[in-house]
Amino acid sequence: MAITEDLPPPPPATEPELLELWEDAPGIPGFFSTVDHKRIGMRYIYTCFFFFFFAGAMALFMRGQLARPNAHVLGPQLYNELFTMHGVTMIFLFNTPVLAGFGNYLIPLQIGTRDMAFPRLNAFSYWVFLLGGIFMYSSFLVGKMPDGGWFGYTPLVSKTFSPGLNIDFWGLGIVFTGLSTTVGSINFIVTIFKLRAPGMTLNRMPMYVWSMLVFSFMAIFSVPAVTLATGLNELDRLFGTSFFVPALGGSVLLYQHLFWFWGHPEVYILFVPATGMISQIIPTFSRRPLSGYLWVAGALVTVGFISFGVWVHHMFATGLPPVAMAFFSGVSLIITIPSGIQFFAWIATMWKGKVELTTPMLFAIGFLLIFLLGGITGVMVAVLPFDWQVTDSYFVVAHFHYVLNGAVVFPIFGAIYYWMPKMTGRMLSEKLGKLSFWVMFVGFNITFFPMHILGFLGMPRRIYTYDNGLGWGGLNAMVSIGSAIFGLGTAITLWNWIRSRRHGAPAGDDPWQADSLEWSTTSPPPHYNFASIPLVASRHPLWDQRPLPFATSGDEADTTGLGAEGAVQRETPVTSGIDTRPEGNLEIPHETYLPFVVALGLAFLFVGLLVKAAVVAVAGVGLAVVAVLWWTWRTEEDLAPPDHQAEAPVSVDAG
Amino acid sequence: MTATAAVVTPGATRPSTRRSYPTAWWGMAVLIMTEAMVFVILLAAYFFLRAASKEWPLGGIEVPKLALAIPFSFVLWGSSLPIFWAEAGIRKGRVRRLKIGVALSFVMGASFLAYTLYDFNDLHFGWRDNAYGSTFYTIVGLHALHVFIGLGMNLVVQLKAWLGRYDRGRYASAEVFFLYWHFVDVVWLAVFPALFLSPHIR
Amino acid sequence: MSRRRGRAVAAGLLLISVGGCGGHSPSLLDGHGPEARRVSGVWWLMFVLAAVVYVVVAGFIFVGIRRGRRPAPEDGASEKKAPKDDTFIWLGGIVAPVIILAVLAVVTINTVEAVRKPQNGELRIAVVGKRWWWDVTYPDSGVRTANEIHIPVGRPIDIELTSDNVIHSFWVPQLAGKVDTIPGQSNHLRLTATEAGTYRGECAEYCGIEHAHMSLLVIAEPPVDFDRWLARRDGGAGLTPTSDQAANGQLVFTREACAGCHTVRGTQASATIGPDLSDFGSRQWIGSLTVANTPSNLARWITDPESIKPGTLMPPTALSAAEIAAVTAYLEGLK
Repeated sequence: MAITEDLPPPPPATEPELLELWEDAPGIPGFFSTVDHKRIGMRYIYTCFFFFFFAGAMALFMRGQLARPNAHVLGPQLYNELFTMHGVTMIFLFNTPVLAGFGNYLIPLQIGTRDMAFPRLNAFSYWVFLLGGIFMYSSFLVGKMPDGGWFGYTPLVSKTFSPGLNIDFWGLGIVFTGLSTTVGSINFIVTIFKLRAPGMTLNRMPMYVWSMLVFSFMAIFSVPAVTLATGLNELDRLFGTSFFVPALGGSVLLYQHLFWFWGHPEVYILFVPATGMISQIIPTFSRRPLSGYLWVAGALVTVGFISFGVWVHHMFATGLPPVAMAFFSGVSLIITIPSGIQFFAWIATMWKGKVELTTPMLFAIGFLLIFLLGGITGVMVAVLPFDWQVTDSYFVVAHFHYVLNGAVVFPIFGAIYYWMPKMTGRMLSEKLGKLSFWVMFVGFNITFFPMHILGFLGMPRRIYTYDNGLGWGGLNAMVSIGSAIFGLGTAITLWNWIRSRRHGAPAGDDPWQADSLEWSTTSPPPHYNFASIPLVASRHPLWDQRPLPFATSGDEADTTGLGAEGAVQRETPVTSGIDTRPEGNLEIPHETYLPFVVALGLAFLFVGLLVKAAVVAVAGVGLAVVAVLWWTWRTEEDLAPPDHQAEAPVSVDAG
Repeated sequence: MTATAAVVTPGATRPSTRRSYPTAWWGMAVLIMTEAMVFVILLAAYFFLRAASKEWPLGGIEVPKLALAIPFSFVLWGSSLPIFWAEAGIRKGRVRRLKIGVALSFVMGASFLAYTLYDFNDLHFGWRDNAYGSTFYTIVGLHALHVFIGLGMNLVVQLKAWLGRYDRGRYASAEVFFLYWHFVDVVWLAVFPALFLSPHIR
Repeated sequence: MSRRRGRAVAAGLLLISVGGCGGHSPSLLDGHGPEARRVSGVWWLMFVLAAVVYVVVAGFIFVGIRRGRRPAPEDGASEKKAPKDDTFIWLGGIVAPVIILAVLAVVTINTVEAVRKPQNGELRIAVVGKRWWWDVTYPDSGVRTANEIHIPVGRPIDIELTSDNVIHSFWVPQLAGKVDTIPGQSNHLRLTATEAGTYRGECAEYCGIEHAHMSLLVIAEPPVDFDRWLARRDGGAGLTPTSDQAANGQLVFTREACAGCHTVRGTQASATIGPDLSDFGSRQWIGSLTVANTPSNLARWITDPESIKPGTLMPPTALSAAEIAAVTAYLEGLK
């Protein structure tokens, strides 16, 4: 064995050769052709926040309209378009992809590898997301924004009742962006199973990696349902089929089953990675390992399974048989238990630790307090007779904003403060961060708490105005003021973020003294992440393994990817899924335009379908097929055979 | 934070002795999971619509004919056998077996696709007629599209084999194709009984 | 922070009770029938449980932070004394929730059984969700009206809900939970009003541009009054114009576009695209509770419905001022 496992060779972090080998081409060519997971991850995050602030602006306009009874800030058509696009943006263009963006950036670093398993596919999923977002937002340019609600129930979104292009932007856009989620999830799963650093067995993975694994599996199994729901509806609209036409044997409830079979797991698809972030932040700032690691990992997996059995609780008012509804009501109650486990694990972690109230930790605690309420109201709406009263009322609006805004957006903001120093090398201001947190926390509760009461007072969802004599005016005014405060809070973080790029204090490798591998490399990490792959012997490598040992390559061909030679050859080691022993080396492809071209081809397809121009659609498919053939043609070269490798190693030291 | 430093297990970087698949194969395996879900959901939708209607097929459409469907189904399922044979061959480095097996499988798959198109042409109802027609054409058509894509992959594999790009340790794209083709056959194992046989049971 | 939240909760409860007792808001906690009252009972039970859970768990969080902020002890003494993490997670994350959830499951099943059971002597009412109004028929007598549903106090009502267009949802918070109207299927909602009164309801499923203006009233009257109301409709009383102007209005109504969509019993106007107007004069509202039913609002509604309810399917009608006055007089006289 020529592998040294106990001596940490200092990684040649600034080795100019390596940098030259891994660096993208400068300027625009590099921008369109990069396959670096870190650049792609950052791009995801920036793009998502662009959409986030758009969605927030739409929310503020809606709150302007609802601040007073019978107001005329927005007309009904525009209001309906804005609430639809607000929901579509937050679900499809912010929450889901921003979590994928963090995953893109962090997973390879946390599991100690040099890139994703399929770097080009990774670029592809970003381009699809971006073009899908542009596709949906181009509806603003032609003034035909989707207006059927983000959930778009048939027959309201059928050709009969919504003849315009509005719904096509929505339906085709969801199919398009769903592709990005699916491809991204495939990439996450294979990356997590096949590229973990030696020694990082499943029970040593950071909890965030666990959460992204569950995220990905849930996406794999649920996204087909929403793709089919909206896709079959588009077939009805574009080609005149009759899946959802009752008069021709179709069923409108079928649409709801399909939509919510994805829609409920989706809530957990968003929530699970958010809890994964929390499970990284709380232990770091409690200065002790997460309590009940196996409990929490088990809870995540359990949530993943159970979440596929609760979708009907979105349909309690549709007149289903009571026995069926009682079953789903019961399952919806049971799904609270895994969340309870996580909750008490976090409390136990803080209880026995030494808590430091940094900004990320404040966001984590804010998350706990908000999610606790959102979880409790979640139990309430699982209670069938109560749900009959409050479903589609403002109570539900309050509930899901406590969950999707409070329990997903707060962790994401915490993650910005926690990981942005790693990503940019600059600290965000703690002073502004804490201010932002308090403004957001107060604004959040002023905005969403009164909505519970409005629900009790009989205010239904999705109304663009309400009458004077109903007693809803005061609370609505309060909600609108709160939303402005909340918006201000998020703007402070935006400012802090921009400001830090120039004025932030240098972060150093490990500003928080955290435990996971991303903190072992520089901030920002070099393009190759690790010159040598770290060897893991603990759940908390940076706490328990000081100094952190790195692998050097051995005599055996399969292990050359481990050491600096791997970095020289743009390779990363592939390890066995369970015991993480090296199996071979994966070549990290060079920059290429192909992912962008394939995504562009698909965009042509969807535009062609939208404007019913068969030529455009066929040309798009043709472009995509040619690019895919080109892409796959080189597969064998990417996997150089073992005997070729033995000739090639270029030692860094020798160079 | 424990005081004792964790020590790397000796031999943690010793190569795994188990036979391993390339990452591309794993990617295809996960893609198949999501694709399988597409068909599961479509079949569930089919039975959902069927359960909600008094007659099935709807609107007096006759039940699917089996005289050709059964033999060609067996042709499709059988097309996995030459693939198994080819796979065992290339594992030992026999590219010739790969070429023959894959070509044979192509003929079988293509004849099935031809049958499907013939059948579509022969049917007396359309995609738009009612929900039965919509589900029937969509499910069978989507499967046929998968067969078509599989045949395209088949051609790429054959071309690579003829160009001599495969050898004993180097056939990742072929392996990915093998997996995909088996999946296409397995899907038909679910679609055929559901769409062709079950309407005969009343 | 907990104190502020406590105050917010208290303020919220105050608002609920004010809203309920003031009679302004159609509050679901202000139940006027056994169905709504049972559910508000369920709510108060859940509220107490939720408050206890929130206070206890939030207490754990704050104590956890406070404890966690003390300087770490030199030896691991406190670690040993404290309960094991696993025990804590077990008790808090599994045992406690299971007990609470079991209680809720029993409550759920009991309430569902009680609320949705068919009863003897039900009055049947058929309601069809339209864009954006409610078509109401009493199948046993054939009486038809729109948006304002009269029911007798104390008698169980079986409302059959259907739709021939998009999905709507029928919700009268003070009487019962909501049930959707879905094309291709018929749903049933059972409710009873135990006190006379006017209860406001809303469409609760987003149904297009004017979803916000698709409200309804349930007017619960003593059985005697209800029977009188029904008999009056059934007998066709009040349909004869009472003045010359109204008689002229009837002519205009049947001659012009009005009759293309609306019905007034006993006349040639018998179309069913728009609401049945046979008892229009007795209704409190126009346009599914969009504006009060006054002659001036009605005149505006006829000439320019878009200005009142943008997106409504009712087209503007080009009538002279005199014709409008006549039609208004006619319609307001239909009582």
